[in-house]
Amino acid sequence: MRPSTLCVTLFGTLAALFAGMLLHARGRQATATRERAGRVELVRSLGLTDLCLFTEARYTRHPAMADRHAAFQDHPMALDHFPSGSLLAPPPFPSSHAPIPPATSQRP
Amino acid sequence: MRPSLQRHRSVLDFALSSLLRRKGRNLALTAVYTLVVFVLASLVFFVQALKHEARELLEHAPDMVVQRMVAGRHDPMPASQVEAIREIRGVEEAEARIWGYYYDPVYGGNLTVMASQDPTLAPGSAWIGRGVARNMRVAEGDMVPLRGYDGLPILFTIQKVLAEDSELVAADLVVLAPTDVRALFNLPEGLATDLAVRAGNPRELATIASKIVEKFPDARPILKAEMLRTYEAAFDWRGGLMVVVLASAILSFIIFAWDKATGLSAEERKEIGILKSIGWESGDVLLLKFWEGAVVSLAAFLGGVLLAYGHVFFFSATLFEHALKGWSVLFPRFRLIPALDAYQITVLFFLTVLPYTAATLVPCWRAAMADPDSAMRS
Repeated sequence: MRPSTLCVTLFGTLAALFAGMLLHARGRQATATRERAGRVELVRSLGLTDLCLFTEARYTRHPAMADRHAAFQDHPMALDHFPSGSLLAPPPFPSSHAPIPPATSQRP
Repeated sequence: MRPSLQRHRSVLDFALSSLLRRKGRNLALTAVYTLVVFVLASLVFFVQALKHEARELLEHAPDMVVQRMVAGRHDPMPASQVEAIREIRGVEEAEARIWGYYYDPVYGGNLTVMASQDPTLAPGSAWIGRGVARNMRVAEGDMVPLRGYDGLPILFTIQKVLAEDSELVAADLVVLAPTDVRALFNLPEGLATDLAVRAGNPRELATIASKIVEKFPDARPILKAEMLRTYEAAFDWRGGLMVVVLASAILSFIIFAWDKATGLSAEERKEIGILKSIGWESGDVLLLKFWEGAVVSLAAFLGGVLLAYGHVFFFSATLFEHALKGWSVLFPRFRLIPALDAYQITVLFFLTVLPYTAATLVPCWRAAMADPDSAMRS
């Protein structure tokens, strides 16, 4: 057998597996609503606001509800305590570091 | 067979035999390349699926959560504020949420304790997340003691362990009746942790939020869009988890491609020289090298992507587990739903296959342009 025939067969198999992967993903997406129903019901009934990904600290468990100064919420110079603090970027809320307009004094 | 196809097939045959001549080196190269694609694709699939899941789930979250801030910190909210917010025009539903954190001194895990108005949840009973049940090694019908604010344990009967597929939102949840949460945290009647607001028309949310802040300057409204943005930002290309893994993977790929691009081995130069001296044209040599690069990079790309898919969606991204776990004692186990995006796969393809193929072709083009005699002598 010519090496090119073997190579084309190998790539054909890989391409078929790749197509199978896309079909599998599409199939899971089609049943996702049913699969997700239990989670959706919990979110709706309990009014949940965050995913349960990091449970080690308040501001990593509920990043959407965390104080604006998380992760430095214990005091301004506090270093972050947990490794996931380096993985979670601060939320893009209106920045507390936005330039403050110069104070204006009103003359009587 | 058409002559042009026959020509490509013959060149491919030659390219494969050339690759097989340096079997060890090329196998190692393909393995490293596959590994880089695997890491990048795993990360892209994982992050994309998490972002998609966050979007789909938080779509059902309250339209707005109102917190009360005291001295820059979140503080319980008086019922009077809850009533006043409920009366704002446009507010369809406003429900006081009672919840808090509980540190379990025995297992060292942090739990989220939440009150539910569900009538089937009797006082003295609890619904617990699968993660809590796993950590505490308890099942339905068992009793769990939670230490109250005064240090005395309060016993709860586990009425229900939440379904396995809910771990992504509820692994650490302990759901109790409102009176039980108040008793556990010593939260007096008339105070709530925060307020979940649903608006009749989501377009009015910004107006409702500004009315709330106008009425209660110490209130902090958090809109659903902000909750969603938090997750978009956490798993964004530019920050967090993505940057940590992506930077190291791309860096290793750059070193790898650079090594390839900086030059050919003496043996390869000699080979090109011989081919040119027996009548191959520069175009033929480039075609040969293109096929060599394409075989390696396509095999690595397809292999890496397929392995990454299996890793993330069949084995729950076990390699990322340690990065996600951090110092958590209680970690959710979840199987993500694939959210493949043609854009992401195309970016991955252009990010990995094209630079490698270009890095292979450039030095070959330079060698093919040289005089065959000097190429053979070098």
